[in-house]
Amino acid sequence: MTDATPVLSIRDLTLALPKGADRDYAVEEVSYDVARGEILCVVGESGSGKSMAANAVMGLLPKGVRATAGEVIFDGQDLLTLSEKQHRQLRGLRIGMIFQEPMTALNPLMRVGAQIAEVFEAHGKYNGRERQDRALALLEEVGIPQPDRAIRAYPFQLSGGQRQRVMIAMALALEPELLIADEPTTALDVTTQAQILELIRDLQQRRGMAVMFITHDFGVVAEVATRVCVMRYGRIVELGTAQEVLDNPRHDYTRALLEAIPSNVIPDIREGERPQPLLEVCHLHKVFRSRGGLFKPAREVRALDDVSFSLARGETVGIVGESGSGKSTLGRCVVRLERPDSGSLSLAGTDLSALRGDALRRERHRVQMIFQDPYASLNPRHRVGYAIAQGPMANGVPRAQAMRQAEELLELVGLGAVAVDRFPHEFSGGQRQRIGIARALALNPELIVADEAVSALDVSIQAQVLELLEELKQKLSLSLLFITHDLRVAAQICDTIIVMQHGRIVEQGTAKEVFLNPSEAYTRQLLDAIPGRAHEAAMA
Amino acid sequence: MLYARLIVMRLLKAVVVLFLIIIFNFILIQLAPGDPAAILAGEAGATDEEFLRQLRERFGLDQPLYVQLWRYVSGIAMLDFGWSYRQGMPVLDLILARLPATLLLTGTAFVLSLGLGILAGSMAAARVKKPSGSLIMALALIFYATPLFWVALMSVVLFSVYLDWLPAYGMYTVGAGHSGLAYVLDVAKHLVLPATTLALFFMAIYTRMTRASMLEASQQDYVKTARAKGLSPRVIQRRHILRNALLPIITLAGLQAGQMVGGAILTETVFAWPGIGRLMFEALQQRDYNLLLGIFFFSAALVIVFNIITDLVYRLADPRIKEGS
Amino acid sequence: MSFFARFAQNRGALVGLIILTAIILMAILAPVLYPESPWRMVQRPFLAPMEAEGFWLGTDTMGRDVTAGLMHGAWVSLLIGLVSTSVALLIGVPLGAVAGYYGGLIDDGLMRFTEFFQTIPNFALAIVLVAIMQPSVTSIVLAIAIVSWPPVARLVRAEFMSLRHREYVEAARLVGQTHGTIILRQILPNTLSPIIVLASLMVATAILLESALSFLGLGDPNVMSWGYMIGAARTVIRQAWWLSFFPGVAILLTVLALNLVGEGLDDALNPKLARERS
Repeated sequence: MTDATPVLSIRDLTLALPKGADRDYAVEEVSYDVARGEILCVVGESGSGKSMAANAVMGLLPKGVRATAGEVIFDGQDLLTLSEKQHRQLRGLRIGMIFQEPMTALNPLMRVGAQIAEVFEAHGKYNGRERQDRALALLEEVGIPQPDRAIRAYPFQLSGGQRQRVMIAMALALEPELLIADEPTTALDVTTQAQILELIRDLQQRRGMAVMFITHDFGVVAEVATRVCVMRYGRIVELGTAQEVLDNPRHDYTRALLEAIPSNVIPDIREGERPQPLLEVCHLHKVFRSRGGLFKPAREVRALDDVSFSLARGETVGIVGESGSGKSTLGRCVVRLERPDSGSLSLAGTDLSALRGDALRRERHRVQMIFQDPYASLNPRHRVGYAIAQGPMANGVPRAQAMRQAEELLELVGLGAVAVDRFPHEFSGGQRQRIGIARALALNPELIVADEAVSALDVSIQAQVLELLEELKQKLSLSLLFITHDLRVAAQICDTIIVMQHGRIVEQGTAKEVFLNPSEAYTRQLLDAIPGRAHEAAMA
Repeated sequence: MLYARLIVMRLLKAVVVLFLIIIFNFILIQLAPGDPAAILAGEAGATDEEFLRQLRERFGLDQPLYVQLWRYVSGIAMLDFGWSYRQGMPVLDLILARLPATLLLTGTAFVLSLGLGILAGSMAAARVKKPSGSLIMALALIFYATPLFWVALMSVVLFSVYLDWLPAYGMYTVGAGHSGLAYVLDVAKHLVLPATTLALFFMAIYTRMTRASMLEASQQDYVKTARAKGLSPRVIQRRHILRNALLPIITLAGLQAGQMVGGAILTETVFAWPGIGRLMFEALQQRDYNLLLGIFFFSAALVIVFNIITDLVYRLADPRIKEGS
Repeated sequence: MSFFARFAQNRGALVGLIILTAIILMAILAPVLYPESPWRMVQRPFLAPMEAEGFWLGTDTMGRDVTAGLMHGAWVSLLIGLVSTSVALLIGVPLGAVAGYYGGLIDDGLMRFTEFFQTIPNFALAIVLVAIMQPSVTSIVLAIAIVSWPPVARLVRAEFMSLRHREYVEAARLVGQTHGTIILRQILPNTLSPIIVLASLMVATAILLESALSFLGLGDPNVMSWGYMIGAARTVIRQAWWLSFFPGVAILLTVLALNLVGEGLDDALNPKLARERS
């Protein structure tokens, strides 16, 4: 399937970071080849330097980063020795690239067709009319609905998946020998991701390109990779065929990464009679309105449409859905950061949906939240101990006592009491998430809502935080409402799963039922879209 | 259709704002120490009992406040800004006679400052960290920090007193009786100093803003995409960076309109340019507050018109605004 | 890196700080070195600079010492700049904070109010206010504050709007902190850096505004100010350019120094931005 001579050959590449960075080299002595007709996946967690070599290939290294050793051979010449002008002649023509953020990767002021035509213009190909025709053909090829309309559209009129298709059309416009895809599906929903992966695989096979695919997600690797290169701290940890690396990882780090991926093995439900419900949500509705003007009609988005479910004491309920499904709104309504339009939210007999003002403030300690973004969830100006103690203090606990509690909580989440006097910026993402958990626990809440609490973390860290949550659940018999877009994470930690789409509950049941015998088409679609699932099924 | 609706909306808003300014003027007159009639008449008119009586009657100063307010508002609604005792003319006529000169001066200065500012700003953005780029920014900072009236005075000293290149005062040579092209050239010659001085300050603002905005835009993902296409730096700079960077400049230009009026007052005062800024200075000196308030109202109206125009331009430039939202 | 080290990395800011210190010294030393009123006629009029011992910058149309005027003017300029900026902050920060934090109708109302003041040409408004209230230090300070608070309100509002949905603010709401505590303890401290930077630039603008008002004859008749000196010498510009020249340089240097210091503060308070910008 692969030709003997590689299209791209990276030899002992070392890239130096500017002084003052957290390490000296972005990548060190990295060597790999990408051959015609293969997809090489470069995998690594954040900070592994996985994108850097690709930037060197494109001649798009960030300012201050420079190559100090090695070579990058493409078509017999060392790309590192090219002048900017020579490099430019390769970009777009013989090497195409797509990026992570489809929402910002297109010029917001230019029509899609013009942006594609620019690729031809940059390399002096075809004339005006012909450029448009070819752009149209490309849009058709990448499967954009109504390409004749899309060509005249501005980027903001397209969805994220469609924009990524436009990016792919641009990258492939001049039929490059090498395509570099830098986390091209990371910002997309799981079903869109599946479609884009399909498209890339399809185009690659049809055109026989060499593809360098950069990702952090082993599921994606299992979907597309011919060969895999695992990176850590700027060095290659393991390099081999997809089968070797995924099935028989030789290096501990690769093994740890693969093990950290939440598996499809679903823990058994704890048996026993259902205790009485702690939280009962009945017919919850929430509509977001953009306010219209005098002549402008108001726009409405139904974020929650007749949502009902219940959560028992000590139970973990998972809310699963793609972006726009209303899952986050549901969580925000339960903690009363949003006010539902109608319906009731009863927590052990108290209807939270009806409370306002001071009455609400006094009940707030009963439901707490763990937030998504470890960098935004702590006030940069407050010491960690104070951040945790704020809650008890606002509820009348004396400062000294609240600070003592904070120390105990920090011990509990595995950070140690010394953390109280430090500022958030001294901690890593995973550690901050532990602080966030400690803060949520500080008020002894009856219910904790975790909103995408592990989504922003690298997979190995994610596993640790999930482990901590599991441990705390047992120890403190927590009741948890766990909101996530990641079905595997949900499978691992939840007793009950609720699948949401367009503000409605599509399916709910025990984790086993939902995963092994989904009754709704949408649930099946979501499950099928999980990257790497086929591979795992084969392994099992 | 969309534009028509927008213009109607903006005009309605403008009417509200202008109405508020009238009320504001009215409150000012009430709050001012002393007899409102005397204030309206100014010091010069204070001695003339007949004029004061006339004023009291016109504004109903012996009537309850709401009647006074009603008379004042309805007067201005009928474009009756009252009488300037000192100049012996209706305020409206005075303002209208001086308006073209101000429009010529501010219009020229606006075009000059925007054009040169964007040019200098993009040059500075392309030369970050280079001496030439730093020099542009240093000059911009100095012009930004220099009092406008002082630049005006110093340019008079330099260019008309010492070098004798350009006329320092007025809008045309008095008594020369030029007509046709000669007249245009004469006015243009008189326009050079005031327009350049007025433009310098605003040019500094646009230069700084353009540079910052372009540096910001050049960090965006779409610029990386453009580079990945193999486009030349020149095309990227012009088509991708500058175009996006201009959007905030349009907004800024709208906000600067009010400043431009302030600048015109100072420049016209120094260069004896016969516009409404100079008229305002004269009104100040003669304590002709009725005229002063009239000019104030009029300058606010000018700014509002200009804001509506920049709003429309922004909508033309940014496709995202046309579609709903 | 310490705050000052980051500040000092910007060489312009350091220069600005030195100039500013010199001007502050001028203001402080004015009553010591020139205890007499700067309005006193001390020599024959129109003395050119360096013409007579002790009158380095000459005398004005009435025989008043220009150097004395400059030094006393420094005091007035700085005072008016600082006080009017403080008043503008006192108006703008609470308005912006409330509008940005609560949003909705409160925000709508407050922003219409702010927009109204932004639409009015601000120098013209200042002129009208001072003219009708009669020129005095108080009326000048008030007028400058009234025309310069809207940008503060807008900045603070924008900061509050972006911070109020920050997760740590929502966490503070969830643990039951009151709105007042959240505004003062969670959000406001995180908006201070841009406010400080803006304030330093506002002092500069206020000094320019004050000088322009005095130039037009709307200065406090009891205090000597740079703008007044330029305005008074305007009619004799052909005979004695230096009378307008030196006060203008003083204004230029002060405003320049404040802008440089403002940029340095910006770099020191937002280190990430500074690195990207350079």
